[in-house]
Amino acid sequence: MTFPIDSNPNYADYAKSEALVSTSWVDENKGSKGLVIIECDEDVLLYSTGHILGAVKLDWHTELNDSVVRDYLNAEDMAALLSSKGISRDDTLVIYGDKSNWWATYAFWVLKLFGHEDVRIMDGGRAKWIEEGRELSKEVPTLPASNYPVVERDDSTIRAFREDVLAHLGKPLVDVRSPQEYSGERTHMADYPDEGALRGGHIPTAASVPWAKAVNEDQTFKSFSELNEIYRVGAGLNDSEDVIAYCRIGERSSHTWFVLTYLLGIPKVRNYDGSWTEWGSLVRAPIVKGSEPGTLPKGF
Amino acid sequence: MTYNSAAQEILDTFSEVPESSKLDLLLEYADLLPELPEKYKDHPELLERVEECQSPVYLFVEVDDLVHIYLTAPKEAPTTRGFASILEQAFNNQTTDEVLNFNDSFVNELGLTKLVSPLRIRGMHGMLNRIKRQVSEKLDAR
Repeated sequence: MTFPIDSNPNYADYAKSEALVSTSWVDENKGSKGLVIIECDEDVLLYSTGHILGAVKLDWHTELNDSVVRDYLNAEDMAALLSSKGISRDDTLVIYGDKSNWWATYAFWVLKLFGHEDVRIMDGGRAKWIEEGRELSKEVPTLPASNYPVVERDDSTIRAFREDVLAHLGKPLVDVRSPQEYSGERTHMADYPDEGALRGGHIPTAASVPWAKAVNEDQTFKSFSELNEIYRVGAGLNDSEDVIAYCRIGERSSHTWFVLTYLLGIPKVRNYDGSWTEWGSLVRAPIVKGSEPGTLPKGF
Repeated sequence: MTYNSAAQEILDTFSEVPESSKLDLLLEYADLLPELPEKYKDHPELLERVEECQSPVYLFVEVDDLVHIYLTAPKEAPTTRGFASILEQAFNNQTTDEVLNFNDSFVNELGLTKLVSPLRIRGMHGMLNRIKRQVSEKLDAR
């Protein structure tokens, strides 16, 4: 690690506190060589309205996904993307964004698919930075292109495909969508249009823990003990069993994946990015409706 | 397609800039969204929430000889503000016929479908449909 971890006492209890930095840490370290600050927002125009001085924009919609196949960039394209942004393999990356770092954790997860070692989330995200009256800049930095190596994506460690979920049935699953999506009352988020799942409900036995339960009103993460209460005590997750988290398209669940892996220290957590838009349309995939987790049907 | 001159001007402006600048242009529109008039600012219950949008967008339509539309969206949601502002410019002071017969392809012709998520585009369709519905309801109520 090039940069010291944030010694903020609030973070001391987190399992891997090296993955989290505060706004003041970023303010002190911004502009240092070897540190690249990345803004990744749900609203892709926000960066242009003002961002942390020196921060580069990462557009989740146009930059992280393959333009044809529903998948992430391949090794060559990711190397080209990161090189064009001036990011090197040994840089410390700090990501922040809007909506409680929802998309920042998504970008974090994608970067971890490519094994970038030192990636951190700025606690509280864009909203907290602004709330504290910290400086915003409209200047777009022009970092010289770097030579990011071509690294194969590892889809086996933190990513789950539908076959993995089928093989996993009976072990802990976390559904991070809203209660209405979980019960099957709706197939998409309130206020969001339908993205096309044919059936409503949840994967049998999945615990319902809406992603935003992990954050405070100021968009920072809740404390270790609060998170422990929600996920280990409330949802029954433990360190001896693998966990798979899912949502609608895999972005909200990357937030929960971050919380479980880095803040709580659950050893093996995967994000099922196919999520409900895949499962809810998959022929013969078992589904439970209603607010109870339900049981596995015969044969699974 | 034929559009009213305000709508056509918006399409022309978007088609003249390269893809890499289209989001900046959308941001310029976001900055042009007028403030709500006082009479609606103090009466949020008069405004209709556009449920299709990811951010809280509210609108109100008045109909006299022409259509007058009022939209509001938070500063933290510039994409939504940009779309609201475009519709405000395309519809304000148009005739009811013009609004009711407005071709919905306009949304796709802006050329933003690759740059913003499908959810956003559908949100704009949501605003458009609600404006049309309010216009026809107000005509029916006469």
